[in-house]
Amino acid sequence: MTDRFANDGYLGRRSVIELGARARAFALLDEGSASELCGPFDRIESPWLSAQGLVPQSDDGMVVVKGRLAGHACLVVAVEGGFHGGGVGEVGGAKASTALSLAAADSAEGRTTPAVLFLESGGVRLQEGTLGLNAIAEICDALLVLRPRAPVIGVVAGPIGAFGGMGIVAGLCTRLIVTREARIGLNGPEAIEVEAGVQEFDSCDRALVWAVDGGTQRYRTGLADALVSDSIDDVRHSVITAIAAGVPTRHRSEQLDTLHARLDGLVEIDPADLGPRWGTQFGDLPPLDLASVPWPPADGT
Amino acid sequence: MQELTLHYPGGQRVTARAHVGVVGSGDCEVLVEPHDATDAVVRVRTAVDGFELIWQRVLGSFFARYPVAGRYEINDQGATPGVVSLRLRQAVAGAT
Repeated sequence: MTDRFANDGYLGRRSVIELGARARAFALLDEGSASELCGPFDRIESPWLSAQGLVPQSDDGMVVVKGRLAGHACLVVAVEGGFHGGGVGEVGGAKASTALSLAAADSAEGRTTPAVLFLESGGVRLQEGTLGLNAIAEICDALLVLRPRAPVIGVVAGPIGAFGGMGIVAGLCTRLIVTREARIGLNGPEAIEVEAGVQEFDSCDRALVWAVDGGTQRYRTGLADALVSDSIDDVRHSVITAIAAGVPTRHRSEQLDTLHARLDGLVEIDPADLGPRWGTQFGDLPPLDLASVPWPPADGT
Repeated sequence: MQELTLHYPGGQRVTARAHVGVVGSGDCEVLVEPHDATDAVVRVRTAVDGFELIWQRVLGSFFARYPVAGRYEINDQGATPGVVSLRLRQAVAGAT
């Protein structure tokens, strides 16, 4: 098939959103370098779903891939949003937290291994209750051990976004890459509507949802580091840049002073005012300069 | 959830493992890998109970057309017959 859009920058792009978790991980890493750990044929699936009459998935919706990115060792953990909305259960959670712990151990021994997390999740898988909550705690714990040793880069492409426990994980990342389709939050729009009523938050109002949780809003208020198009090439460039920027003196989540200063004096919030009021600079976290890494790379990697 | 195991005669054999699809609404996951036997053994786990006859028809028709021996697993979340056939075709293409 001739690709008549191949020369068009936007239509010729390779979409990230359209890819599943495994394809995202393999597309990000250097060609031929990626190998999956605990893959589908290891059949490490959830023992709790079939007990409740639900069909499990052979990888429990969590894909762990080790490989190289721009020639350097890199771990990728990708959540499969198509399986239970990316809900995190005991098994998938253990895969993610163990992978992050191993990357932290490698980094401590001099084999620096940054991690990239493709987050696409509504949070804890409700069918696994406290085991899912515990899984989130373990992921956060492992991430916090790795983070001072090597950058942990979160990528939220969409369409699901990162909510609940994975919203917390997104908040702990060294850097966050988003598309305008992305959403990041703690309580998802529907959860807020169910708990507090439609007057509080109308989850059907897409403009409102994206004005509050959307990737563009997160970027313009300094809560995400790069706003990129839905393209593997752009995501790859921004992730490589984010890793090259290294570990900052203080991560975003370590700057409660900045958060307090931002919230000081705010009574009623209009999402449209927050961009101009807060700006894209978050405390002393250096802005991510995409121009610092030339793209496309001269050697073709 | 309903679990079925079905057998079909195979000619050619799969030579590699393949994994395609996702256990998401209207879709299914297919795993296929080589085994020593000369038939195709298919284990189906489906979210929708009571469609055994449809599964027999869909798989019977697929393996009549592509008699490829191997061990197959289908984890189904309400995929239509067309989607099941496409996923199987995709898996076999990747495993032969």
